[in-house]
Amino acid sequence: MNMDCVEMRLLVQANVDGELPAASAARVEAHLEGCPECAALQAQLISFSARMRQEVTCYSAPEHLRAAVRARLAAMAPTPEEGPETANDNMPNDRYVSWWRRLPRPRLGPAAPFGAGFALAACLALVFVLPHTGSLPDAVVSDHIRALEPGHLMDVVSTDQHAVKPWFDGRLDFAPPVKDFKAQGFPLVGGRLDYLDDKKVAALIYQRRQHLIDLYVWPDGGHLDHGPTEGSRSGYNFRHWSQDGMAFWAVSDLAPDQLAEFVALLRDGASSP
Amino acid sequence: MKWRPPSERERGVSVPVAGTFEQLITPHLDAAYNLARWLMQDATTAEDVVHDAVLRALTYFGSYKGSDPRAWFLRIVRNVAYGVLAARRRFGTISLDDAGQTPDGEPIAMEIADPADDPEVTLCRSEGFVRLDHALAALPAELRECLVLHELEEFSYKEVAHMTGVPIGTVMSRLWRARQVLMRSQDEEGTVR
Ligand SMILES: [Zn+2]
Repeated sequence: MNMDCVEMRLLVQANVDGELPAASAARVEAHLEGCPECAALQAQLISFSARMRQEVTCYSAPEHLRAAVRARLAAMAPTPEEGPETANDNMPNDRYVSWWRRLPRPRLGPAAPFGAGFALAACLALVFVLPHTGSLPDAVVSDHIRALEPGHLMDVVSTDQHAVKPWFDGRLDFAPPVKDFKAQGFPLVGGRLDYLDDKKVAALIYQRRQHLIDLYVWPDGGHLDHGPTEGSRSGYNFRHWSQDGMAFWAVSDLAPDQLAEFVALLRDGASSP
Repeated sequence: MKWRPPSERERGVSVPVAGTFEQLITPHLDAAYNLARWLMQDATTAEDVVHDAVLRALTYFGSYKGSDPRAWFLRIVRNVAYGVLAARRRFGTISLDDAGQTPDGEPIAMEIADPADDPEVTLCRSEGFVRLDHALAALPAELRECLVLHELEEFSYKEVAHMTGVPIGTVMSRLWRARQVLMRSQDEEGTVR
C-alpha cells in the first residue's frame, strides 16, 4: 500500500459513510478503479457498516422510564418544581442516584398531556435570560464540558491542597490561590493546566457530591475587583469575578444557589491565605 | 464494487422546528436511552442519566433554537453521561500524565468497559452478535460514542462533531480507529461471516 493509499483511507471511509461531495467521491472512485487494496478496504467497510447496523444492540427506553418522564412532565405543568440539585441534597455520596428515584412515587394515572403553552412558559421561567457578555463564557463552559471527557480530567489528582499548589509552580508564571473546602462540602479533588482566552490558566477541580466544579484562575492585569456575575450556557452555570488581581470563573452543572455558596466560600477565603 | 452513497439517509439537513417539549424531545427517548446505555454500560445508570437529561433539557428548553431536536437532546444526554463518568473516575486515580496519547494527540481512555452482559441480549442474540456488542462495549468511551452516534443514530460527521465538541477530522479518525479495532476483534474471533 503506497502513501496515496494511506491518505486515501479516510476518504474511502467518508465515501462509504456518504459524506463526500460528488467531485471528491468521483476522485475516490477513480482511485479505486486502479487500486485493488483500496477497493478491498471499501468493500470491507461497507460490509462492516451493514453488520453493525444489523447486529449491534439498539436499546429502547424501558416502559417505566417513559412513564416516569411522562409523570415528570405532567408534574411540571402546573408549577415548576425545584431543580434536581436541590432535590439531590439528601443523596448518598457513594453512588450516583438520580433525582427521580427519590421523588415521591409519581401518580401515573392517565398520562396528563403536557399543556403546551402553559408548560412551556413554566420552562422558560426557569431559564436564565442573560445579556451576552462576549465569547469567554462560551469558551469557559465548553472547556469545562471537554474536561469531563475521559482522560481529559485532571493533570494532578490530589485532595491535598499542599500537593496541588506546588504542582502549578514552574508550570505557570503566577500562583493561583489553592484552597480546600472539604469541611464545607466542596473538597478539592485536583487541578490541571488549560488554555483560555489565549492564556495559560490554572483549573482547580472541586467536587460537590456527584457534581464537579471547574475553577479557572488567571491574572487579569489588575482590573478592579468586581463581584460575581452569573450566567449559564448549554445547561451549565458559571460565576465570574475579579479579586486580588486575578480573574475567577467557576463552572459546573451544580444548581446556581450551590455554585453561589461555593463562590462565597472562595471569596471569603481568597484574600486571607 | 460500486458504492452508492446512502441517499435515503439524507444527512446534515437540519430544518428549523418549533413545538412543545413533548412534541420535540420525548420522541427521542429511545435514542437518548440507547446512547446513555452504550456510554454508561449499565441499564440503571443509563435510566438515571436519561432522567437527568430530560430535566436539564426541560430547564433549558427556552434556549433551544429550533435546530435538530434529537441532536440537541442527545448532546445534553452525552454531557450528563460524561459528567457522571467523570465524577466516577475521580474515585480512581487516573491522571492525564499517566494516560497514553494517540498519534493525533488524543488521550486514550483508560477505563476498561464491562461488557454488556444483559440476559436479554444473551438470549435473543446469536454468539456473533454478542461478540460484536462486547467488542463495541470494550472500546474507549469516545470511540464508542462516535460509532453509536454515526452508525446507530445515523448522525452526519458534522453533527457528531458538533455534539461531541471536536473537529470533523477527529470524528473521522475516531471512526477509523473504532472500526479498525472492531473489525480486527471480529477477525480474531473468527466470526466473519
Ligand atoms: Zn489505494
